Amino acid sequence: MNFWILLAVNSITFGGLLFLLSAGFSLIFGLMRIPNLTHGSLFMLGAYVGATLIMGILSVQLDFWLAAVLSALVVAAFGALIERLLLRRLPGEPLAQVLVTLGISFMVADFCLMVWGGDPISVATPTHLVGFVRYGVAVFPLYRLAIIGIAAVVAVALWLLLERTRLGAMIRAGVDDPDMARVVGIRVSQIFTIVFGLGAALAGFAGIIGGPILSVYPGLDQDMLPLALVVVILGGTGSLLGSFVGSLIVGFLYNFGQALLPELAYFILFLPMLLVLVLRPQGLFGRQLP
Amino acid sequence: MATSALTLEHINAFYSDSHVLQNVSFELGEARMLGLLGRNGAGKSTCMNVSVGLLHPRTGDVAVYGNRVTHLPPEQIAAHGVALVPQGRRIFKSLTVRENLIVAARKSSGNGRHSPWTADTVFTMFPRLSERRNQISAHLSGGEQQMLAIGRALMGNPRVLLMDEPSEGLAPQIVHEVMNTIRKLKESGLSIVLVEQNPTLVFDVADDIVILNSGHVAVVSTPAELTEKKVDLTQHLGVF
Repeated sequence: MNFWILLAVNSITFGGLLFLLSAGFSLIFGLMRIPNLTHGSLFMLGAYVGATLIMGILSVQLDFWLAAVLSALVVAAFGALIERLLLRRLPGEPLAQVLVTLGISFMVADFCLMVWGGDPISVATPTHLVGFVRYGVAVFPLYRLAIIGIAAVVAVALWLLLERTRLGAMIRAGVDDPDMARVVGIRVSQIFTIVFGLGAALAGFAGIIGGPILSVYPGLDQDMLPLALVVVILGGTGSLLGSFVGSLIVGFLYNFGQALLPELAYFILFLPMLLVLVLRPQGLFGRQLP
Repeated sequence: MATSALTLEHINAFYSDSHVLQNVSFELGEARMLGLLGRNGAGKSTCMNVSVGLLHPRTGDVAVYGNRVTHLPPEQIAAHGVALVPQGRRIFKSLTVRENLIVAARKSSGNGRHSPWTADTVFTMFPRLSERRNQISAHLSGGEQQMLAIGRALMGNPRVLLMDEPSEGLAPQIVHEVMNTIRKLKESGLSIVLVEQNPTLVFDVADDIVILNSGHVAVVSTPAELTEKKVDLTQHLGVF
């Protein structure tokens, strides 16, 4: 009984991390039509930067949460720079965008290997969240519950931003019809940078708060990116709800697949993606791209 | 001639290799309405795209109240006070009616003029939109979508309003309503370009007429003159 509950909690936790990662990926793809293959690298970069701040540089050790916010900001700045300096020059050229973002992701991987070396770095769970919560016979790891809570808060905040503010309406107008949005005076270009930076920040933040569970290691980027792709294809691009549901589905498939049929884990993970691509290419909650 | 609100001067524009506007020039006077006529493919919508910056001409100039805006991006041309009611309406379908309006809100670009258009004044003008303000705009009827497209353009408090076939695909009763709205806007002093295929609609309301034929300006005139001289429009416009 406990095994199943724990597996479910782990699935939801992993789904929460995937949501933080893929919400930005989905927004960037939905709004800017950019398949941002650096998204896994942004996750890993956030994890490395955060881990470094926590372990301390120049003998200053930061609190876990402060480090997480700072590394999210660093990754946001890096993402915004990529958008302003490179992707900005390649509008409407998906192949060039794929190649550039893939190239950057290799460069980031090399950079991380050079700076942080090849050994995995484990990130300590914040001290106040070590331990378990008992509920009847079931036992829940506290930190995982915290991640679920954070993902839920971020999901609500993103929803409010997108659905309840003028900026959010402008972002959605840009997704609907970028040319017309510009004609009515929306500075779509600025909004693109904001969205890209926000997506990068969420990815970086997910990287560091995922650290105590996943640790940080070379190849983390390439482990996470395909999962984000599956989430977005399942859920549909540009749809927050799609990312949310897609993340939970992938969280469950991944964890249950690993636990029950480890030799078929990837098969279980990618088969639904294939089915969706064939039967409902816009994803479960996505709109048809024009 | 009075102040020119919008000037297209010797515009040559291309879609890849096809030369869609060939040395097109015309001028919209302040507080006037210019009817832009022509068949399908004559270049009417291309003139609109050039005017709002969606298509940059290879040569020639676009000016708004004497300011050259030729190679500015669309959002900056909007800041000069140009608004478009595009062909096919192109409302933001996933936004609510009210959101469609507020994303386009802008204070007047005129010199010290007041900014009469807000979501509330648009709702006063189109009560039917007001009733549906919180509905997703994809669910509106064609006529309501057209009103929303007009309202959205007005939210920018423009000095120049471009309307690309606002009667397209609407029932006669709705066309009548839309034309009444256009008439009111003209009376308010807005400078308007009205693009149409159907000349009878335009002759009623326009001060000036420009007819495009295969990317050239074929006729520059007024409705009165064209009627008086019994100019044969069918050679430019086909049967109507």
